[in-house]
Amino acid sequence: MSATFAVGDVLEPRTFTVTRADLVAYAEASGDHNPIHQDEAVATSVGLPGVIAHGMYTLALVGRAVAEWTDGAEVVDLGAKFTSPVVVPAEGGAEVVVAGTVKSVADGLATLALEVTCDGTKVLGMPKAVVRA
Amino acid sequence: MPVDPSLVGREFPAPAPLTVTQERVGAFAAAVGHPGDDVPPTFPIVLAFDAMMAFLDAEEIDLHRIVHGEQRFAYDRPIAVGDELTATLTVTGLRQIGGADIIATASAITDAAGAVVCTGKATLVHSGGAA
Repeated sequence: MSATFAVGDVLEPRTFTVTRADLVAYAEASGDHNPIHQDEAVATSVGLPGVIAHGMYTLALVGRAVAEWTDGAEVVDLGAKFTSPVVVPAEGGAEVVVAGTVKSVADGLATLALEVTCDGTKVLGMPKAVVRA
Repeated sequence: MPVDPSLVGREFPAPAPLTVTQERVGAFAAAVGHPGDDVPPTFPIVLAFDAMMAFLDAEEIDLHRIVHGEQRFAYDRPIAVGDELTATLTVTGLRQIGGADIIATASAITDAAGAVVCTGKATLVHSGGAA
């Protein structure tokens, strides 16, 4: 289960493509049927640039990257601010890149410093993940 | 229409407990591409969302006017299949910025024994829609 981490370790960036179909599937699985994640007209009516991914979908992708990097280590803290929306076009998809390094290792916990971008723009503010090392 | 400031401190329980089944976890894991057989760390949003909907319904706030501003989870233990979880949302803060309500919430997610499994802290951005 537990991988070995050293401060400064660079975790291989993961790239995930997010499509409208992914958002439909996520809405179904999570119960979050907010139409701003499905319907362009509703999204633009509330001032959004278009259909946006659920913030929690993006955070789930972070959780996925962390699970892949750490071979499924137990997560004790996970969170972020959703500072910039991930706009998902009707055709094709948006590419979300999750990059990370090991920031600290202490008391059996590893804290990961993360950077999550879409088209070169940071989409998460102060993203944080802490796992049992 | 701004949100009622007297909301701060009020609690909104999710309407029903959620039994964590393999099917439910499997569907969530598939939707987010989670590797492995454990429960994905963002799974408790299912409960937190139920509690948030109870809050929005009680206050007659339209879901489509809500954007998720921040979400953090602190886990006391991993969630496992077989858990029966309940969630209670507390409104912890409220402020207005540029015509939007910034609603701070905390959701305690507890198991059948009443032990806290996970605490979620969320910021919800409500655009009033006066325009």
